Amino acid sequence: MKRQLRTLFVVSLVFLSAGCARKPGPVSALKPTAFGAALVESSGGKQIGATGMVLAQPLVVQVNNEQGTAVTGALVEFSGPAGVSFDPPSGLTDSSGQLSTNIDLGAMAGRYQLTAHTSTKAQKSVELKIEEIALGYQQQVGYRLDDKYCTRCHNPESTPERVSNYDNLEVKPHSFTEGDTLNKMSGAELTAIISHGGPALNKSALMPPYGYTLSKTEIEALISYIRLISDPPYHASGMVYAQK
Amino acid sequence: MSSAWQTLFGHPVRAFGVVSLLLLISLAIAPAKNHFSEWRHYQNRYLALVRGRGDAVTLQRHFHEGIQQIWLPELAVVDRCTTCHVGLKEASLADVSTQPFRRHPVIPHTSDQFGCVTCHRGQGPATTVEEAHRSTLAWEQPLLPARYLQSSCGQCHRAALTGTPQLNLGRNLLGRYGCVHCHTIKLPDGGVIKPTDDPPSLSHIADKSTREWIYAWLKDPQAYAVTATMPNFKLSDRDARDISAFLIANSTPVPGDTVPATKDQKAVDPTAGASLYGESFCASCHAVQNAAGNVVGGDVGPELTRIGSKVKPEWLRAWLHNPRVYDPETAMPHYRFTDQQVALLMAFLGNKTDSDLLANVHLDAPTPEQIARGKLLVTEYGCASCHEISGLKKPDNFAPELTRIGSKPITQISFLPGMPHTVPEYISSKIRQPRSFGAALKMPQYSFAPAQVDALTTALLSLTDRAQNLPMALTVPSNPPSNYQPAGKAGQLMADLACFSCHAINGRGGDMAPDLTWEGSSVQRPWLQEFLKNPNTLRPALIRRMPKFNLSDGEITDLTDYIMTVYQTPAFDRDSLSSSGYAPAQVEQGRQLFYSKYACQSCHIVDTKVDKGYIGPTLTQVGSRLNAAWIYHWLKDPQTMRPGTIEPNRNMNDEDARALTAFLMTLKSSSKLEMKK
Repeated sequence: MKRQLRTLFVVSLVFLSAGCARKPGPVSALKPTAFGAALVESSGGKQIGATGMVLAQPLVVQVNNEQGTAVTGALVEFSGPAGVSFDPPSGLTDSSGQLSTNIDLGAMAGRYQLTAHTSTKAQKSVELKIEEIALGYQQQVGYRLDDKYCTRCHNPESTPERVSNYDNLEVKPHSFTEGDTLNKMSGAELTAIISHGGPALNKSALMPPYGYTLSKTEIEALISYIRLISDPPYHASGMVYAQK
Repeated sequence: MSSAWQTLFGHPVRAFGVVSLLLLISLAIAPAKNHFSEWRHYQNRYLALVRGRGDAVTLQRHFHEGIQQIWLPELAVVDRCTTCHVGLKEASLADVSTQPFRRHPVIPHTSDQFGCVTCHRGQGPATTVEEAHRSTLAWEQPLLPARYLQSSCGQCHRAALTGTPQLNLGRNLLGRYGCVHCHTIKLPDGGVIKPTDDPPSLSHIADKSTREWIYAWLKDPQAYAVTATMPNFKLSDRDARDISAFLIANSTPVPGDTVPATKDQKAVDPTAGASLYGESFCASCHAVQNAAGNVVGGDVGPELTRIGSKVKPEWLRAWLHNPRVYDPETAMPHYRFTDQQVALLMAFLGNKTDSDLLANVHLDAPTPEQIARGKLLVTEYGCASCHEISGLKKPDNFAPELTRIGSKPITQISFLPGMPHTVPEYISSKIRQPRSFGAALKMPQYSFAPAQVDALTTALLSLTDRAQNLPMALTVPSNPPSNYQPAGKAGQLMADLACFSCHAINGRGGDMAPDLTWEGSSVQRPWLQEFLKNPNTLRPALIRRMPKFNLSDGEITDLTDYIMTVYQTPAFDRDSLSSSGYAPAQVEQGRQLFYSKYACQSCHIVDTKVDKGYIGPTLTQVGSRLNAAWIYHWLKDPQTMRPGTIEPNRNMNDEDARALTAFLMTLKSSSKLEMKK
């Protein structure tokens, strides 16, 4: 009986250790060689990408010390909601104090809040919040419609390839990111102004109607795109359900 | 007997009890397995998730317990995915982010029509997570990663879709980077994917370039031009030496493709060359890398950053005079430059050199052995698959056929160590690092950006067994390529001017400039003549415009006659509305409509003092440019007149369209001159 117990003990020990060995903890092999006091975004924030694809620009963050100079060798870790992956997920800052990572926002469309994290010498945590947007199929269709029909008037930014018409208009159109204005408009109102033009909502006739040019599905796609990129974010009105 | 029985099984009653118990347990195995199955667990979790929501009753009513199945015999689809993915069709679950309960994103198809595996792959009939998503043993294709999802659209949709930019790009790259020169890709409709690049013929290369440049180019094409589509064959110094020796030795001269410099050529102002380069809109097709490293310009022709190091001056002079002497099929127009203009451009382009490029290239005169070895290498590397080389035949099926590469069985693939055993992973690795699969492989190294690799992988993944086997009725075919050829003198002229490099007519041609299929119904003859003589811009916001070709009067008449006669729409008679003589009241009504009801000034300018919109063409002289009937029909339905135009259809009534036409027809070029006076 005693021997049996002992064998059982040994066997369970073997299994236990085998089970433990399979799960190496997320221990970062990187050891910071220096510490900073502040974390700033260099580039790559507020991008608009597509689901399932790596964002066009890498996210670059910089670690600075109290004096505001760049720190080399500080450990920065990136994290985000489930589905988001970083390549690399953590690393040491380079000689200019920067670390760059490529972001894949996963398969679900939406607005993602990501976090970059580093520690000070006193092990105090410093965090930087970065926001990125992933467009789903419908929003990508909307994005392309915006690019073809809307952006020249609704986007004041001119590029060498595409000059903006914004400055030429007596009544200024709203940028599609202008959440303060557009979020107050219901889906029906947006559909009306896109389909029937400005006069449908007693606004300027400089906004022409697109209801005979775009299909219903296309207008829906355009609105779903506008809703997703709006800043501040758009929250659907009506019933709000508990998450859990 | 009974004692033996008893020693084996104990007391009969107890034995009976034990056996009954065992039987009972074994009978319970099946129901227990069913009860504790993975899918039941997910269905229970779904019900728990739904219970607390405001629309629980609706969601519960939509829910069906047990294994769910979509069966589509035509598509060979048997999918049980909806057993666990319960809320796919529930629009109100938009806020749920936990799988498997998310709502499916809005797409043009439903799972009832196409099932799940048609797009996502995986093992449809499986009812466990592992088997459905990841199994590569029983079912060769695991779930397709989201980044390649557009490939699935390409199985049925053969033409470019607006919703699949990545697939379109990938298909484009297959032609543009000449993949299909070596790899045959047969389409289910019987055709093949055709290359769209135009690799230069090497039969007369000695007239054009030096052996030193060929050597440097062969060693690293991207060192000469970052946008070069020619891949790097990773040739050794010796190989590059011998191939360059063969190409020069094999080259035959073309009469008239070189023009020596004349003695009385004066020194020219280098800045004048730069402005002529700009005025001729060379940058619409050719790119140049600027000091900041950015490549600026079009990609129809080759990059010119270091052109001075590549071409011989006597060749460039002849080329600028008439490119069709050296290459009759070139996309470059025959500009009809004067000697003075050619000298200016020569001076400008000749300065675009890079002293580092050929600094370390020292080649001795080639030996016959080197030339013979060069020929052998050229054959071995399949150079003639892309380039025309005199004396060499284009090899057939030089590389493996890729017609069904998207369904390639895993067992036929030799993966690299540490590589996930999936087809997408194999294809993308092969595109990124072809030689890592074996040093003896001939596939060259391309310098694709990550997005291009993903796009190419997507395009190749769409070449599946399913795509080949699909009934034709279920596919959306692409438009057959047009080989439209204008006839007669004008046809020859249009070929000489390479009109199709920028303009499309009857389905053939580029998209840089407007489609001219119905140009004859659209414009007035005098305007067209004047425009061909001296093309001015119609759209102030555009940086590209038609270059000036120094056409002779006779050539202009030939072109105008042809365009006005042949390129007419059957939809209406060009002369059905008069070009002048409209009642002042109607004109005034049109002006009112233009500025108030239709607010056309947001995009068009009719009065340069007041109007500012410059999205559409300037209309200050539109009455001298366009036909009244064209304007009227355009206003009624712009998309029918020119598919894809961004001018919105206003659903205009006849009266308004007539009044606007009357107003616009009064905007003549002469009336503007009178106003100035």
